[in-house]
Amino acid sequence: MTQTSTDKPPVVTPVRAVIALCLLAPFVAMLWVSSYAKTEPLLAGIPFFYWYQMLWVLISTVLTVVAYKLWQRDQRARRAAQGGEGR
Amino acid sequence: MKDVNVVALCVFVFFFLAVTVMGFLAAKWRRAENENSLDEWGLGGRSFGTWVTWFLLGGDLYTAYTFVAVPAAIYAAGAAGFFAVPYTILVYPLIFTFLPRLWSVSHKHGYVTTSDFVRGRFGSKGLSLAVAVTGILATMPYIALQLVGIQAVLDVMGVGGGEDTHWFVKDLPLLIAFGVLAAYTYSSGLRAPALIAFVKDTLIYLVIAVAIIYIPIKLGGFGEIFAAADEKFTANKTGGLVPGGAGQWTYATLALGSALALFMYPHSITATLSSRSREVIRRNTTILPLYSLMLGLLALLGFMAIAAGIKVQNGQLAIPQLFEDMFPDWFAGVAFAAIGIGALVPAAIMSIAAANLFTRNIYKDFIKKDATPAQETKVSKLVSLLVKVGALVFVLTMDKTVAINFQLLGGIWILQTFPALVGGLFTRWFHRWALLAGWAVGMVYGTIAAYNVSTPKQAHFGGSSAEIPGIGEIGYIGLTAFVLNVLVTVVLTFVLKAVKAPEGVDETSPADYTADAGDAGVRDLPKVGAGSH
Repeated sequence: MTQTSTDKPPVVTPVRAVIALCLLAPFVAMLWVSSYAKTEPLLAGIPFFYWYQMLWVLISTVLTVVAYKLWQRDQRARRAAQGGEGR
Repeated sequence: MKDVNVVALCVFVFFFLAVTVMGFLAAKWRRAENENSLDEWGLGGRSFGTWVTWFLLGGDLYTAYTFVAVPAAIYAAGAAGFFAVPYTILVYPLIFTFLPRLWSVSHKHGYVTTSDFVRGRFGSKGLSLAVAVTGILATMPYIALQLVGIQAVLDVMGVGGGEDTHWFVKDLPLLIAFGVLAAYTYSSGLRAPALIAFVKDTLIYLVIAVAIIYIPIKLGGFGEIFAAADEKFTANKTGGLVPGGAGQWTYATLALGSALALFMYPHSITATLSSRSREVIRRNTTILPLYSLMLGLLALLGFMAIAAGIKVQNGQLAIPQLFEDMFPDWFAGVAFAAIGIGALVPAAIMSIAAANLFTRNIYKDFIKKDATPAQETKVSKLVSLLVKVGALVFVLTMDKTVAINFQLLGGIWILQTFPALVGGLFTRWFHRWALLAGWAVGMVYGTIAAYNVSTPKQAHFGGSSAEIPGIGEIGYIGLTAFVLNVLVTVVLTFVLKAVKAPEGVDETSPADYTADAGDAGVRDLPKVGAGSH
């Protein structure tokens, strides 16, 4: 996503750092299995292990939407800055 | 042998006929002027918008085998089978990052397969061939497993025949189903599964929604269901409701390895490249998780099968049997149709993807270099038939476990194409020979390690996890092989660069990876691209 030429804005910007965090968070949460490998607390009779991961489906969706919106804004801003040039 | 469930069978046949008609009509759907090109037959004209792509990808990735195997794993082992959920969660951030780049460069240069891209990027037919062969090898058993999914449903409906039925009578329904599938894939190409995917997913969502409310009510709620499951696991001393300390590495590595592998499969890429723009792909990563949610709910059906007292020798029959026992006959028919059609969509896309790989990267690169688009399409159509016949022979002549073993191997193998493909999308640093060597090491290690896994029931290919050398924990073999692959690639790249081994010609330019529909040179392919603006 990041090709640079001399007059382009920097590759790493705060907005892009936020995008990266949004995309990385699910990896940390899901691969850290010991953080959720337990039965309690139950939700409607379903052990924590299951409803927590299902909840992360929703959380990661929200994070991806945020990343997508921020990315769109970032790209639009860059295009505007370049006078419709480059992508 | 059990009695035939007539009502369920009628409903099943009704839906099957409906999608057959749709499959043949699909040829006329959004037809382009020149249908004799791989872009048309093999990629649906590269014209699909957000929703069609969503249905197509969903129909493609969440196969009949998934519907049967994931709950079956839960039914047998409990928590360990639930890794499918984190796995599909991790897939979307990954594809958000790299697939739009693949889309752009493929549109710019007219790439139909991942091997096309690898050849163009690294100027190496050897590497491209390695990727193509891996893709075909990994896809074939996957198609075979779709048949296993249909078989499970037919068995439960009572038309699978008993042990002593003549093999031809026993397999006739399967032969008919696959014959029909082959015919409309041949005539309509990717448009057929795209259209049928609407029916498949609608049915699946309907069945899951009903199952997840109706069955727990009949069984006395989720509390009862999990209590019954816990009791069974404790009594059998296998599995459990949460993975124990030793199982957590396995759980995490399986989730990560599978997520990395999923979009290396040719059929996922075919569905992706058929989309209209790179925005369609990014937008899809925000709506595809709906399928993960469905998969999670589906997985819970495995516990319900335990609580409902389903006793089957073959775990794959657990879910069809649960539907048969719990639902009224007509709705069981709907559920079976959902699984059956769920097998047809991916089988069609997989055979198209494997055929495209053969045509583009073996036939055109090595056999007939001046093949015209019309000839390419003809070869692809024929190969798509051959691939399906091959899968059929595979399932009918060999033990089912062979298909499952190969699918397990296929997952390990396909992951070894990751460095060449995803690495290539972001950097040209890797040396083509280093990538080839890394691939070979990963393939060999993965195959041997998987061969050596034994269980009390199976001497070889007993599972997909083994001890990770140097760490000592049990982890997914595919991921270990992948790490080894990357290490070899990096080290050899340093060496090859130091000795100035010849680099291939890179026919892509950095702007190609970010081009979108509407940019000059992006549509309709190999015409001379003037670059963006």
